[in-house]
Amino acid sequence: MTQSVVVQVGQCGNQVGCRFWDLALREHAHVNKRGLYDEALSSFFRNYEGICWGHILTYLHPQAVLIDMEEGVVHGILQGPLREVFDSTQLLTDVSGSGNNWAVGNLMYGSAYRDSIVNKLRKAAEHCDCLQCFFLIHSMGGGTGSGLGTRVLSLLEEEFPDVCRIVTAMYPSAEDDVITSPYNSVLAMRELTEHADCVLPVENQSLVDIVNKISLMSHDAKPGCVLKKESTVTSGQGGVSPTERPFDAMNNIVANLLLNITSSSRFDGSLNMDLNEIANNLVPFPRLHYLVPSLTPLYTLADVNIPTRRLDQMFSDAFSKEHQLIRADPKHSLYLACALMVRGNVQVSDLRRNIERLRPSLPFVSWNQEGWKTGLCSVPPVGHAHSLLALANNTCVKPTFMELRDRFTKLYKKKAHLHHYLHVDGMEQSAFSEALSSLSALIEEYHHLDATKARLIPDAPRLSIAR
Amino acid sequence: MSVVTVQLGQCGNQVGQELFDVMCSDARDVHRKTYSAVSCERFFRQTTQGALEARAVLIDMEPKVINHSMSKAAKSGRWRYGETSHFSQKQGSGNNWANGYCVLGPRHRDAVEELVRREVEHCDMLAGFIPIMSVAGGTGSGVGTFITQCLRDVYPSSFVLNHLTWPYGTGEVIVQNYNSVLTLAHLYQLSDAILVHENDIVHKICSQLLKIKQISFSDINRVIAHQLGGVLQPTLTPASCGAYSRHPIGELMSALACHPEYKLLSVCTIPQMASSSIAFSTFSWPALLKHLRQMLISNSKMEGGIDWQVCPPPASAGRSRSLSAGSFNTSLANLLILRGKDVYSAETGGFEDPAIYTSWLPPDEALSLWKSPVPFNKYEKSATLVSNSQALLRPLDDMVRKAWNMFASRAYIHQYVKFGISEEDFLDSFTSLEQVISSYSELQ
Repeated sequence: MTQSVVVQVGQCGNQVGCRFWDLALREHAHVNKRGLYDEALSSFFRNYEGICWGHILTYLHPQAVLIDMEEGVVHGILQGPLREVFDSTQLLTDVSGSGNNWAVGNLMYGSAYRDSIVNKLRKAAEHCDCLQCFFLIHSMGGGTGSGLGTRVLSLLEEEFPDVCRIVTAMYPSAEDDVITSPYNSVLAMRELTEHADCVLPVENQSLVDIVNKISLMSHDAKPGCVLKKESTVTSGQGGVSPTERPFDAMNNIVANLLLNITSSSRFDGSLNMDLNEIANNLVPFPRLHYLVPSLTPLYTLADVNIPTRRLDQMFSDAFSKEHQLIRADPKHSLYLACALMVRGNVQVSDLRRNIERLRPSLPFVSWNQEGWKTGLCSVPPVGHAHSLLALANNTCVKPTFMELRDRFTKLYKKKAHLHHYLHVDGMEQSAFSEALSSLSALIEEYHHLDATKARLIPDAPRLSIAR
Repeated sequence: MSVVTVQLGQCGNQVGQELFDVMCSDARDVHRKTYSAVSCERFFRQTTQGALEARAVLIDMEPKVINHSMSKAAKSGRWRYGETSHFSQKQGSGNNWANGYCVLGPRHRDAVEELVRREVEHCDMLAGFIPIMSVAGGTGSGVGTFITQCLRDVYPSSFVLNHLTWPYGTGEVIVQNYNSVLTLAHLYQLSDAILVHENDIVHKICSQLLKIKQISFSDINRVIAHQLGGVLQPTLTPASCGAYSRHPIGELMSALACHPEYKLLSVCTIPQMASSSIAFSTFSWPALLKHLRQMLISNSKMEGGIDWQVCPPPASAGRSRSLSAGSFNTSLANLLILRGKDVYSAETGGFEDPAIYTSWLPPDEALSLWKSPVPFNKYEKSATLVSNSQALLRPLDDMVRKAWNMFASRAYIHQYVKFGISEEDFLDSFTSLEQVISSYSELQ
């Protein structure tokens, strides 16, 4: 059984992370009725009394490192219901924050706390028998999450080059209230492109749309159809924290994303999909590792009788625009690869039937016409009979990146706010232009692949053998 | 004579467990003492308490599947795996052939060889090895290929019959075509013969013949186990002089693997139907054999939807067969195994027709016939055909074509290169397989 360590950086990262641990505990409590420390739990938690199978859970410690340059959020966690779960050696805080400045996060705090961060990471890794993956959660628009978060990413690559790095990055929407978010995002993008193995981009606006749609559904629902409130996807109710806070519903969705990705490493299934298989199958070229996540179902109706039609609907939904966690339309762009992670009582025939049904409407790149990676895990998430996570390596991220680049250029042309960054020791103007060209190069690569979409590519001529 | 199976990766361990299950129930439920004794000796060993332990080594790079298979076996109550006959690590191969072959295989070579050696020591006489694996993933394909090489090195005079499961054409793993090409190219040099099952075909058998509505991987594995059992259980062969053959693998090789360039074997079984229908069906050898022969020459693996229009071309026409022309399946050699009632009266002349074979071997040498009077796995009469023919040519060609297209754009190559293989190795593998395709296409 492999272990993963979650590193949450910045306000957004820590809030999402907190939701993740809440839901993870809930999921394991649901499955592990006898409260014994088993293999599945060991993938994210260690038992304080020492790692012994079969011991009653006394102190469960999440394998996590919490980093924030201001204290409010982390202290909030430590005063909340999860306070017994974390111990102080896992935390790294400072007082004044990064002022929404990537350079402050990455260079100033990055150098000041470098050793401390490396120590905490090493300690977390040491407790793991077989460390497979680091999950990094942070936002792109702020200062700590994007700056210090990407610094942590490059430290992870330096110190643990063999361990997979999966980053869940929260991209700012166009109407973001942080003015310098384009600068922070583009500077961080460069780091992500170079140092991460996979990036799961998530956009706030999409999460808001999804949450709104669900609350609309629960008000509009036909009589007799009651939305189950214990569905963990959007509701933390029934979990550790008794009340819901404002961003909780949105953060729950992202937390579920992480739970579903790791479900196959934690639980049994007829076709396992490990974390290292995700990178190997979904990343055809080293820099194109941005995977668009989509999660279904997002809510359950109380009548749990799920006929096959509902199951098929779940597959169709996963490819619709409304269920993607970034604003993108994968059906009208080019798929490079797609992974389907199914949980619950779903058999291989259901999977094959749906793939065959949906394939004709999904444009795949010419050299990967049947590019599907599938996984079946037998344990469903709490409150659902089955669920589906789709991760697509799709050129539909190109418009998102192009928009980001436009917002960046608008500010950069006028040199607005630049002096805040250049004041920081070690920050040069060249960093900006390099980040911009890195992003442009990435967009170009996607563009090249897109251009092949309309053209009919003939088969490559085969080797001919002398007879 | 005993057979040691090596189960590799998730598929190998799942299929292997179903196979032993089928063979154990077949051996135990039958009232023929000699048959039971030979079958048990071949695949199981008796512990001091009288329990049956499978002669198997279970290998995987992560523990979940092996644990599941071992507990499933123990739960059956009739047989189990040896307590220490397994080897697993914590983390899988990531669907990467290069990781399995270049890194994990060598790293764990000693441990695996030790397990195999212990199993071999329990055998009075070793008939051969059967590694069971899939070609789509990382462990079965990569580690499996490496272990096959080790078996060759350590036991140079033993037979090695690889059993491979080919994945669904529409993808279970995105890089499955790379993994398959690399595996097949290497195994062609290492293995004595390669017995193949395709998930697509078995899936169709489950849905159309067995009428299973929601097909799971266990259903698929059970069909594969039934077909493999039909090949491997004891039979009377021409060479065994009235007793059950003691050299099953060796005789299979001499029947089918007659030329080093032709090693791909396919299996079909008749009848295959839902177990609830068996009691209501009557079987006759002429009907079964007629269908089986047509299945062979029209290259269909099921007795539903056979194309009866396909027939061997007349001897006068120029006999050049290519990939595209015609759907007639030319055989190099066939092994027909009949089990059940009245097996001695079965008329197999149809399989000796020279028109269905290439011209190199006279038909009476190209066809081998094995028989067993014991009904197999609840079928009163059943026939299994193992053939070295063009049956796998089309799927192999598709696999190479898709892998080549992906290779042309160099997609995913960086994932393989970082574990130690180069583009040269890829090209070598492609070349070997093009050679195999060319050889099979030219069968006249």
